[in-house]
Amino acid sequence: MSVLTTNYLTPTGREEAWRFTPLARLGGLHDASVTLLDHPSLQVIGELPTGVKLSQSVSAPLSTTDDLVTERVRSAVSQELVLEIARDVELDAPIYLHRSGVSTGPEASRTLIKLGTHARATVIVENTGGGILAEEMEFSLDTGSHLTFVTLQEFESDAVFLARHHAIIGKDAQFVSTVVTIGGSVVRILPTVEYSGQGSSAELSGVYFATDGQHQEHRIHVDHNFPHAKSRVNYKGALAGNNAHSVWIGDVFIRANAEGTDTYELNRNLLLSDGARADSVPNLEIETGEIVGAGHASTTGRFDDEQLFYLESRGIPAELARRLVIRGFFAEIVSKIGIEVIQERIMDRIDSELSKVGE
Amino acid sequence: MSTLEIKNLHVSVATEEGFKEILRGVDLTIKSGETHAIMGPNGSGKSTLAYSIAGHPKYTITDGSVTLDGQDVLAMSVDERAKSGLFLAMQYPVEVPGVSVTNFLRTAVTAIRGEAPKVRTWVGEVKEAMAGLNMDPGFAERSVNEGFSGGEKKRHEILQLALLKPKFAILDETDSGLDVDALRIVSEGVNGVKANSDLGVLLITHYTRILRYIKPDFVHVFANGRVVEEGGPELADKLEEKGYADYVNA
Ligand SMILES: Nc1ncnc2c1ncn2[C@@H]1O[C@H](COP(=O)(O)OP(=O)(O)O)[C@@H](O)[C@H]1O
Ligand SMILES: [Mg+2]
Repeated sequence: MSVLTTNYLTPTGREEAWRFTPLARLGGLHDASVTLLDHPSLQVIGELPTGVKLSQSVSAPLSTTDDLVTERVRSAVSQELVLEIARDVELDAPIYLHRSGVSTGPEASRTLIKLGTHARATVIVENTGGGILAEEMEFSLDTGSHLTFVTLQEFESDAVFLARHHAIIGKDAQFVSTVVTIGGSVVRILPTVEYSGQGSSAELSGVYFATDGQHQEHRIHVDHNFPHAKSRVNYKGALAGNNAHSVWIGDVFIRANAEGTDTYELNRNLLLSDGARADSVPNLEIETGEIVGAGHASTTGRFDDEQLFYLESRGIPAELARRLVIRGFFAEIVSKIGIEVIQERIMDRIDSELSKVGE
Repeated sequence: MSTLEIKNLHVSVATEEGFKEILRGVDLTIKSGETHAIMGPNGSGKSTLAYSIAGHPKYTITDGSVTLDGQDVLAMSVDERAKSGLFLAMQYPVEVPGVSVTNFLRTAVTAIRGEAPKVRTWVGEVKEAMAGLNMDPGFAERSVNEGFSGGEKKRHEILQLALLKPKFAILDETDSGLDVDALRIVSEGVNGVKANSDLGVLLITHYTRILRYIKPDFVHVFANGRVVEEGGPELADKLEEKGYADYVNA
C-alpha cells in the first residue's frame, strides 16, 4: 500500500518534468491525496504459446527512476506481472495484453517483459476503458533478442493514464516500440531506454491525435550509457480542436563512454485547427565526440494547402483529400509496424478522430 | 464536341503590398480535338492562367468568365472542375508523403468516373499506361511525387492524363526540365491520348522545342498577363528566331 506521507516531493508544476502537465487533472496520482490500489489490470488474450510464461512475483525493479509517480507505483504494488519469453523462442504471432479500464479507484500496476537470449517476440498492449491508472512497465532484452512492442491508448474520454516504459537493451538486441495515443483525457507516457551491451538498438516511434481538451504527453529519454549502440526516435502527432495539447520531449544523453553512438530523433506535429497547441522539445546532450552521428529535428505546421489542391484538382473531394493527407502523414510510422490488423485499426482510429474534427 | 471558353479574365494575387493584377483580360476559346500553344516569357502569367482555370485558392478572379460548354467553371469547387472534364498537368507537381501512387490514382479515377474501377481491368489499365510512359512498375508503390526526379514527375502527370481522360488538358511547362528522350516519351504519351480521344490541349511553354513533338493548331503569344498575338504554327517559328523581345518591350 502506498503511504507516501512526506509531501515535499509533490510536484508544483514548476519542475522541468511537470511544467506542461495539468496536475489538477491527474486525480491525485502525483500527490499523496489518494491511495493507489494494487491491481494487475492487464489480462492476456488467448493462449500463451510454448516458451512463454506468465507469473505474478515479488521482484525488485531493474532500473532506477526519478519519476515520482513511478516511485508511488513501486511502493503500491506488491507483486508484478512477469511475462517471460524463453531463450531462442521465436514467436510468429503477437501476444496481446488487454486492459479494460479501472473501476474501483486509482490503480497502480507493474509489468516486466523479459526476453531470453535470441528470443523474438511481438507484444501488443491494448488500453481501453476509463479511470485513473499509473503503470510501470520494464523490458529486459537479453543478448541478440528482438522485441516489437506496440501500445495502444484507446481509453475512454475521462481516463487518466501515467506510465513509465523502460527498456534495458542487451548486446545486439533490438527494441522496436510504437506508442499510439488517441483516447483518454490525460495521457503521459515516459518511454525510456538504457543499454547493457554493444550493438544494441532502440527504435522508438509514436503517433498521437489530440482533439478537444485532450492532453497527450510523451517524454522520451534515451540514455546512451554504452558504446556502439543506436537509437532512432520518430513521433508524429495531429492536433485539432479547443485546448488540444500535445507535449513531446526528446532527451537523448550520450555519455562520455558511449563512443560509436548513432542517434537521430524527430518529432512532427500537424495543427489542424486554431486553439490546439503542440509543445516539442528535442534535447541532445553529448559528452563524447567519438560518435557515428547525432541529430534531431522538430517541426510543427499547418495543413499543406498545396497538397490538398493537388489531390482536389484530380477530382478528389476536399474532405477525402484531407483524410488522405493525414493518413499519409501517419503512414510513415504506422506502415512500419508490420502487423496488418494493428495498422488498419490505428488508421481507422485516426479516421474517426478526423471525422469528429470536421472543418 | 466541347468548348472551353475564357473571356476577359482578370486575376489578382494577394501580395504584401496589396492585390497585384496578373492577368489583364485573357480571351481564349478551345474546342475538342484542338491543340493550342500558349507561349510567353517567364513571369508573363501563364501559370496564373492555368491555376485560375483549375481553381487554386491563391488566385482571385476580379472579372471575366470561364465556361465549359456553357457551364460556369469559376463557380465550381476544385474537384468539381476536374469532374467536369478539366485537367491540369502542373509545372511543379506536389509531393504527398505517405499516399501511394496506386492509392492516389485509384481514388482519383473513382472520383472522376463516379464509381470504383473494376479491379481486374484496372490493374492492367495502369500497367499499360505506365509501360507506355516508360515508367518502372515500382512507381506504383511510392508516395505521390516524393523523391521523383523532374522527369518522373512529368511522366506521372501524363499518366494521370491518360487514366482520367479529361475533355481538356492544360499542360503547364510539361517540357521544362526534360531531356530529349523524356520529352519524346512524354509527348508521345500526350499524342497517344489525343489519338484515342477528342482531347483539347492548352500547351503552355516557354520554348518551341516541345512543338516539334506535339503539333499545335494555334499559337498564342502571352505577355504581361494577356494574349498579344495569335496565329498558326508558323508563329512559333517566328518566336524561335526572334524571341519575345518585341512583345515584352511593346
Ligand atoms: N503570390 C504572389 N505574390 C506576388 N507575385 C506573384 C505571386 N504569384 C505570382 N506572382 C507574380 O505573377 C507573375 C506571373 O507569374 P506566373 O503566372 O507564374 O508566370 P509564368 O508561369 O508565365 O512564368 C510573376 O511576375 C510573379 O512574380
Ligand atoms: Mg509558369
